[in-house]
Amino acid sequence: MTYNDAIRRLPTRINGLDQVALGGLPEGRSTLVTGTTGTGKTLFAIEFLARGIQHLDQPGVFVNFEERPEDVRRNAASLSFPIEQWERDRHWAFVDATADAEDGGEVIVGNYDFGGLASRIEHAVRGIGAVRVSLDSLGAVFSRFPNSAVVRQELHRIAHVLNRIGVTSVITAERTSEYNGVSRYDVEEFVLDNVIILRNVLADERRRRTVEIVKFRGTTHRTGEWLFTIDPKHGIVVMPLAFLTPLAVASRTRVSTGNPGLDEMCGGGVYQDSIVLLTGPSGVGKTLTGLGFTAAGIAAGERCLIFALDESRAQLGRNAAGWGLDLDSMEASGLLRIVCDYPEVASLEDHFLRLRQLIEEFQPTRLVMDTLSALERVVTPRALLDFVLSLGAVVRQHRVTTLLTSAPSGRFTPQLTPAIAAEIASLTDVSINLRYVESAGEIHRVVAVLQTRGSMHDPSIRHVTVDSEGLHVGERVTRVVGILSGNSTIPGVPWLLAESPEPEEQQSGE
Amino acid sequence: MTTYFFRLFVFGQTERSVAAQANLRMLCESLLPGRYRVEVVDVAEHPDVADQERVLATPMVVRMAPLPRYRVIGDLSDHRRMATALGLPEEAPPTPLGDEA
Repeated sequence: MTYNDAIRRLPTRINGLDQVALGGLPEGRSTLVTGTTGTGKTLFAIEFLARGIQHLDQPGVFVNFEERPEDVRRNAASLSFPIEQWERDRHWAFVDATADAEDGGEVIVGNYDFGGLASRIEHAVRGIGAVRVSLDSLGAVFSRFPNSAVVRQELHRIAHVLNRIGVTSVITAERTSEYNGVSRYDVEEFVLDNVIILRNVLADERRRRTVEIVKFRGTTHRTGEWLFTIDPKHGIVVMPLAFLTPLAVASRTRVSTGNPGLDEMCGGGVYQDSIVLLTGPSGVGKTLTGLGFTAAGIAAGERCLIFALDESRAQLGRNAAGWGLDLDSMEASGLLRIVCDYPEVASLEDHFLRLRQLIEEFQPTRLVMDTLSALERVVTPRALLDFVLSLGAVVRQHRVTTLLTSAPSGRFTPQLTPAIAAEIASLTDVSINLRYVESAGEIHRVVAVLQTRGSMHDPSIRHVTVDSEGLHVGERVTRVVGILSGNSTIPGVPWLLAESPEPEEQQSGE
Repeated sequence: MTTYFFRLFVFGQTERSVAAQANLRMLCESLLPGRYRVEVVDVAEHPDVADQERVLATPMVVRMAPLPRYRVIGDLSDHRRMATALGLPEEAPPTPLGDEA
């Protein structure tokens, strides 16, 4: 901790937030957390204290203007934060500043200030040696005291006291709309230094929670909105970085993709903790490859999980039966679990949480997700990238060999912007492309392995045939150019076979 | 004969605190002579008492007895409004010193 690095950080230990905040909240300062109703401000204020107590042994003072302490205790109990216990242990103290609802009422006659509150907070902080303070929420203060100018000035006094006694604080405030101004009563003026905005946006008929660090004065932070969820068990979980804890050891064990030809092209199967991205237009054989990948796992006595989007269980079963695979009996064996969902039935975060829960409970060694592209209908490319990042972290942690399929040129779906497609590809370990090519009046399938991290692979483009037995990798394709650059931006159009030889290429060849 | 008991919360001996005390006593003298009691609590010295009353803004006077309790925030510079807000008997309207008529 050096002094030239002017502002130190206090890790919040809220899931994923510190990574976005590059270490935590500015230490010894106040951070304004604003959001419209239902964005999770109170939860943020509670968790800020709770995580400090749980992980860093830092006592906290909760100043409540709106909800009574018993309500806060009850809400926190659902996240298994034992506030009453903490109060007994002097880790947590309330400064109850709610209005008196039961009695005769409250009237303002003449001038006043918040000296009383400031004094109580200071007393509570010293009493338990608090490191953190949460104030929730300023909206209640403004509605109680009609003169906003006085309230602002007095809140400035409170913020000043908090800074003087050296605590790091979170102050919540209401906003009236998602993208206008910072807070409702211009309270940002007094804690302008650090501002976090929580949002709960309805976009394309989907709810989406995001957290954005608007400013941390004098320090850096990550920009942009970050998806977060409110998990009944884990509270606030900011994606995608919440789970990105690097694995100590990368697996050296190779497993089969279920297709001998693909195994060979990948240099003898894929590493056990790999994420394999299989891209190709619809109908080219992605689902078939996924089923083969699953069958290989089942045959080896491994648990497999299929997360199918866009196909019903019945359709999937019928397709599998067409290739001689009996999903019903695989399921009956207890080794296979299939989840079929249309992307629209839940938000991306809910899909993610469900998948994560399944992975934690079922402990599969293989996961197939078919297809990622179906999710594009319901989310932005950016959110999809976050999803893949988060999923990647979970499957790596549990060492699940994962096959993701994607149709980059989906005929009915908005396509990924190239930058996002490239980013998703960079997150995966193995990248396989299935393509159509046109040759002599016929459509052929070809396959290419574009990347296998940490391993050699076959650089050639090979023919692929599909019959009742499944998908077969065949001869090397020699006369085609531009398969891969024949790009994914022309939806549904197969790559043209360039029959014309390119002289230079031929000379430099064999 | 009902005895009124008021608890006045102040923060330090500021001008505002002193004014609130003076205004409260003056009003009580004129409306409740001989049957009132005022206790002044400095929040800085007795934060636990302030916690019980959930003090936010100061000065604040609470009518502790008789029930129900009324709370008035501010330096009490308007005696008529203060009397109403504290639920005091209306006879003999006071004439505050040095304030607006």
